[in-house]
Amino acid sequence: MYPSRFRYEAPRSLEEAIRLLHEGGDEAKIMAGGQSLVPLMKLRFASPELIVDINNVPGLDYHRADPDGTLRVGALCRHADLERSDLLKQAQPTMAAAAPLIADPLVRNRGTLVGSLCHADPQGDWASVVVALGGSVVARGPGGRRAIPAAEFVTGPFENALAHDEIAVEAVIPAPVGTRSGGYLKLERRVGDFATVGVAVALETSDGSVTRAGIALTGVGGSTIAATQAAAALMGGPLTPESIERAAEAAAEAAQPRSDHRGSAEYKRHMVRTFVVRLLSRDGASVGKAA
Amino acid sequence: MTTVYDDVGDQAAGDVPMRRIAFTINGARKIAEVEPRLLLAHLIRRGVGLTGTHMGCDTTNCGACTVLVDGKPIKSCTMLAVQADGHEITTVEGLASASELHPLQEGFRAEHGLQCGFCTPGMMLAAKALLDVNPDPTEEDVRWALSGNLCRCTGYQNIVKSVLWAAAKLRSQSAG
Ligand SMILES: Cc1cc2nc3c(=O)[nH]c(=O)nc-3n(C[C@H](O)[C@H](O)[C@H](O)COP(=O)(O)OP(=O)(O)OC[C@H]3O[C@@H](n4cnc5c(N)ncnc54)[C@H](O)[C@@H]3O)c2cc1C
Ligand code: FES
Ligand code: FES
Repeated sequence: MYPSRFRYEAPRSLEEAIRLLHEGGDEAKIMAGGQSLVPLMKLRFASPELIVDINNVPGLDYHRADPDGTLRVGALCRHADLERSDLLKQAQPTMAAAAPLIADPLVRNRGTLVGSLCHADPQGDWASVVVALGGSVVARGPGGRRAIPAAEFVTGPFENALAHDEIAVEAVIPAPVGTRSGGYLKLERRVGDFATVGVAVALETSDGSVTRAGIALTGVGGSTIAATQAAAALMGGPLTPESIERAAEAAAEAAQPRSDHRGSAEYKRHMVRTFVVRLLSRDGASVGKAA
Repeated sequence: MTTVYDDVGDQAAGDVPMRRIAFTINGARKIAEVEPRLLLAHLIRRGVGLTGTHMGCDTTNCGACTVLVDGKPIKSCTMLAVQADGHEITTVEGLASASELHPLQEGFRAEHGLQCGFCTPGMMLAAKALLDVNPDPTEEDVRWALSGNLCRCTGYQNIVKSVLWAAAKLRSQSAG
């Protein structure tokens, strides 16, 4: 299969990439890892006239922590970089648990976290993780930079908040105030498959009390679901069997699953509940394995 | 090198905008004129004429088309040929030397790691990338590294054994 014809540019700076996007109008598209875009183009679900490949733009392949602990993930940081990251293993349990569960090793060598957020697939795992962590996306366009909270960045299935001439340059995870814990659990039919159900939990605790909580759901609605009521049920006290139960109940209620070849709506809702209990009962153990 | 395209029925061949790229494949430097929508797998199979890289699903699912780009295994049906510009590609044809099979190839023979052989080139390249960074992998490491490569025949048991065989042989070579 071939994509339909397109013009191809591989600029060497962000400024040039933004100019190309601006001139290209609605028919121009950024290519990062290409792991969602190329398959769509081959199937002719996407037929952009201009591809602006950012792979030759230097200095975008980083992920690093600021001195205060804020994490920044550049637009060319690949899933595989995050899977192997010691920084994540030490300081970002939810992200470290999710990274090895994205797609398969071959896709992980090219696909990017930022590209995954931009793609806004309801079954994309990173969006849930970044939403649960209260992260944001930094966009750059002809008018300058702006930060968009991840919860507002995903505006619907396969839709994001970027203007046509804006590039997402990095994802930002705020520094924790308390002690960070959490994890990501994903039910998949086989290794490398998209989520039947995914649950991201990100907690911060100080003196045994939960000071920040984020819970987000993958694959159980038209787009990533921020289970804010569920998170609120955990705030202000220690984790107890009762608060965990309330959070799990609220998360299951927030899910809007549909029955399909991956499972019935009822089953998926049940799995949301189970995953929330499992993640919280081990008090934010940082290990994550496919269920 | 001239690249010949299939007639895909929706355009005149004359007005295709071509781009010149330079890349290395199995150590040999090449220059090619490619249309941007040409996939890396097409460039390798039809342009360079190396047909060991197989096209299975053509939908980014099976890993039959796996090649190494700068040492990392990727799906060549899901990368544009123009993106190979300035990069180094290794295909299955790059494993053996003129006189000797690569230990991975020997391992697949010794442990019956293939039946129809369609997935084998991709399996060996994904395995090579693993052994390059982890010379002494566990069975779990091998299974994890090959989890993007599907095999419809073997049930994977002998593939894993083949890779472990190759790892042992490579270790004994570098020790001796
Ligand atoms: C077999 C297979 C299995 C997969 N399984 C999973 C899975 O289990 N979980 C999961 O989360 N994902 C999965 N994916 C998707 C994968 O994670 C992709 O890498 C990801 O969705 C897109 O990232 P990319 O860098 O490849 O983006 P691309 O494919 O390059 O781009 C995707 C979209 O985002 C836009 N875009 C990309 N980067 C930017 C940017 N910096 N600024 C503005 N717009 C941008 C593009 O224009 C395009 O519209 C799978 C993919 C495959 C092929
Ligand atoms: S042919 Fe490329 S993944 Fe199947
Ligand atoms: S040997 Fe036939 S597909 Fe693997």
